[in-house]
Amino acid sequence: MSGKLRVHVDQDKCQGHARCKSLAPELFDLDEFGNSHEIGDGVVPKGLEDKAWLAQANCPEIAIEVTEE
Amino acid sequence: MSDHAPVTDWVHDFDHTDPRWTENPYPIWDELRAASPVVHTERFLGCYMPTTFEAVKQVAYDTEHFSSRRVVVRDVRPETVPAPPITSDPPEHKPAKQLLLPPFTPDAMKKLEPRVRAICNELIDQFIEDEGCDAAAHYSRHIPVRAIAHMLGIPETDGDLFIRWIHEILELGIKDQAVLAQAVQEMGGYFVAQIERRKQHPTDDLISTLMNARDKNGQPLSDAHVLGSLRLLLIAGIDTTWSAIGASLWHLAKTPADRERLVAEPDLMPSAIEEFLRAYSPVTMAREVMKETQIGGCPIKPGNMLLLSFPTANRDPTVFPDADKVVIDRKQNPHAAFGLGIHRCVGSNLARMEMTVAIEEWLKRIPDFRLDPAGKVTWSEGTVRGPRQLPVLFGKAR
Repeated sequence: MSGKLRVHVDQDKCQGHARCKSLAPELFDLDEFGNSHEIGDGVVPKGLEDKAWLAQANCPEIAIEVTEE
Repeated sequence: MSDHAPVTDWVHDFDHTDPRWTENPYPIWDELRAASPVVHTERFLGCYMPTTFEAVKQVAYDTEHFSSRRVVVRDVRPETVPAPPITSDPPEHKPAKQLLLPPFTPDAMKKLEPRVRAICNELIDQFIEDEGCDAAAHYSRHIPVRAIAHMLGIPETDGDLFIRWIHEILELGIKDQAVLAQAVQEMGGYFVAQIERRKQHPTDDLISTLMNARDKNGQPLSDAHVLGSLRLLLIAGIDTTWSAIGASLWHLAKTPADRERLVAEPDLMPSAIEEFLRAYSPVTMAREVMKETQIGGCPIKPGNMLLLSFPTANRDPTVFPDADKVVIDRKQNPHAAFGLGIHRCVGSNLARMEMTVAIEEWLKRIPDFRLDPAGKVTWSEGTVRGPRQLPVLFGKAR
C-alpha cells in the first residue's frame, strides 16, 4: 500500500491562499498572480508524503488532489 | 446618529454592533449556530447571517444570488461606493482583481519585509525603556498603515489621517451616514491629488502601477477605477491587519505558555500565525441578496443584506476540533480568515508577512509581557474586530 503519491492543484478551485506553497514549497509553486500549481508532474519525492497530505488538509478551497499510484 | 436597542433575543434579533457582541462574540455565535445554519434580524433594514462554515462557504461561492456591491452591513443603504475588485461581481471582478494580484504575491512581500521589520523596531524604540505600553495604540495600529503607505508611495506620516478615515467609514459610518459620506469624500480628494501629481511626475509605486495598467482592450483604467482600488487598498489593508496583530499580542500577553513556546521554538511561528488568524479572524464581510434562494432549507429573500462572518465560520467545531481553543501547533487548519472563493483577500500575503514580522520583532525585544491589570482592553465595533486599547506591562509578573 505504499505506492507513490501525486499532487494536483485544481485551477478552477485555487484562489491563491498560498498555504500549500508555504507548507510544501518542494511540491507547489505560484504563478505571477499568486495562484498555485504542482511542480513538474506532481509526483511526490520519497520522504515528502507528509507534506503532500498537510498541504491538502490546509487548503481552504479544497483545491488539492492527492492520488496514490 | 441612531443608538440601537439592546438585544434580548440573539437568534431572531441579532446585532453585531451590540456592546456584548463587541466585547465577547464567541458565546453568541455558538448560540446562533446551535439554533440554525442561518439567522435573521429586522435590524439594518433586514439582514441574514449564516452561522456554520458550510453555510458561509455556500454564500461566498454563490455570486448569482449574493452580490458584493455592498460589503458592509449598515443601518441604511446609501448609494454604493465602488472599490473594485472587492465590490465587483462576475464578470467585472476577475480583470479588476488580476491587476492587483501581482504586487501582492509572497515574493513581492519578501521585498517589503525589511521595511516592515524596520517600522516595527522604530515603534518599539519609542516605548522599550518604559514599564509597558498600549500595544494596540502604540504598536499594532501603526504597522500596516505605514507598510501600505510605503507600497502606495504616499507619506508614512499621513498614517493618522488614514486611520481616522477608516474609523469613520467602517465603525462610525455604520450608524452615521453624514460621517461616512464626509470621510469617503476626503479620502477621494486625497487620492485624486496623488493621481494628478503622478500624471506630471510618474513614480514607480503602486499608485503608478494602477495608473499604468491596461485592460484587455489595451485601454487605461478610468480615474474612477484607480480611485476605487486605492480606496480598497487603504480601507482593507489597515485596520484588518492592525486587528490581527493586536489580537495575537493580546493572546500572547495572557497566555505565558504559548509565549514561552514561541520564543523557544520559532519554527512554530507559521502555524501559530495561522491559528491566530483562525481563532481571532478580524474581518466580517457582507453580501446583498439579489435573488431568492435557500440556506440549509431556510428561505433567503432579496432586499436583505447578509452578514458574512468568516470569524464565525472559523469557530465551527464540526470543521475545527476544539474550535474555541487556541492551539499554536494545530496541524489541520484550512481557515477562512481571508475569505473563500473569488474574493479571497488580495492582501493575504501582505497581512501574513506583517503579522509574522510584528510578532517576531516584538518577541525578540519583549519576550515577557502581560496584560496591565490596571488597564482595560477595548475592541472595535462592527465589521473588523480587534483590540483598540491593549495596555500591557513588560517583564514577568512580580
